[in-house]
Amino acid sequence: MSVSNSEVAVQPLKNHFLQGLKTGISIAIGYIPIAIAFGLLARSADIPNYVTLMMSFVIFAGASQFIGVNMIVMGISYWEIIITTFILNFRHFLMTASLSQRISNAPSKKLLALLSFGVTDETFSVASTQNERELHPYFVIGLNLIAFLSWNVGTWIGVFLAAGLPQSIQNSTGIALYAMFIGLLVPTLKKSRPALVISLIAVLIHSGLHWITPLFMELSSGWSIIITTVISAAIGVVLFPAKEGEQDEQ
Amino acid sequence: MSNDYLWLLVIGMGVVTYVPRMLPMVFLKNLNLPPSMKRFLQFIPYAVLASLIFPGILTSVDTVESAIIGGLVSVILSLLRVNLILVVLGGIMGVFISEQMFFG
Repeated sequence: MSVSNSEVAVQPLKNHFLQGLKTGISIAIGYIPIAIAFGLLARSADIPNYVTLMMSFVIFAGASQFIGVNMIVMGISYWEIIITTFILNFRHFLMTASLSQRISNAPSKKLLALLSFGVTDETFSVASTQNERELHPYFVIGLNLIAFLSWNVGTWIGVFLAAGLPQSIQNSTGIALYAMFIGLLVPTLKKSRPALVISLIAVLIHSGLHWITPLFMELSSGWSIIITTVISAAIGVVLFPAKEGEQDEQ
Repeated sequence: MSNDYLWLLVIGMGVVTYVPRMLPMVFLKNLNLPPSMKRFLQFIPYAVLASLIFPGILTSVDTVESAIIGGLVSVILSLLRVNLILVVLGGIMGVFISEQMFFG
């Protein structure tokens, strides 16, 4: 026996972690240009650099950081900004609830608390569309870490180096994260009928909320996503009830 | 309000973002949920992804037309099961080329 027990135990953890980092590269490609844009915007709004960098480090949620900067510039009270941030990001509650059922190996509460900090629309989407039924906690940590690092590196670039990419390419990168969502969703639609039906229902409901509700009330994008998700997933449960002893829907 | 307390605002925003992320992960993990609830949670990714994509994608770049072209390139590439990174780069290229050629 040339390999010690401790090495045997450590090796798989490292592999899961590295696999997570690798899987997260497409998130990093999408995050860096947006984070650069965030850094640039905050700088042009005269937000002190340390505050901008702190936002990406402490909040780590794209849309609410952009909106936060906007609201600071408009002189809106801190409480209103905090409540808006809460409403906008409450959708992550649904995502981590869903993800919690797929984490394997019964990790400690501390590890789960650490892992949940990195749950964003993008890391959740990538993690939850993995083929494996069980997700290793270190895989999710690796995935979340590369997303977090790229978001912060991008913010630093935006704040200190200003516009590096030519404007024409910058304009095109707006589609990056949407392209990634498509790349994650479309293959599952081919494999699973519930996925296809639920996605179509969600597109219909979300389009309705997007184009019709503004006529008579204001609905934040955070609430739109929460409402759409709850209704579509609930309809899915009614249309495709769980069968006895079934592991997953495929 | 002076900018001196912006750090406090950032911490407040951080707390209200983190708590909803953390609570279900730490407390739902070891609960034995009823099958229909598990099913519901299992279906969430599809609903979330679909609502993140549409209609947001239409306003993600300068013109709706180039957004649709970029989106279609990504759909085709993902139907071909190419690597996710290529789906992303293909979408960016689709937008870039269509903006240069038609809508720029």
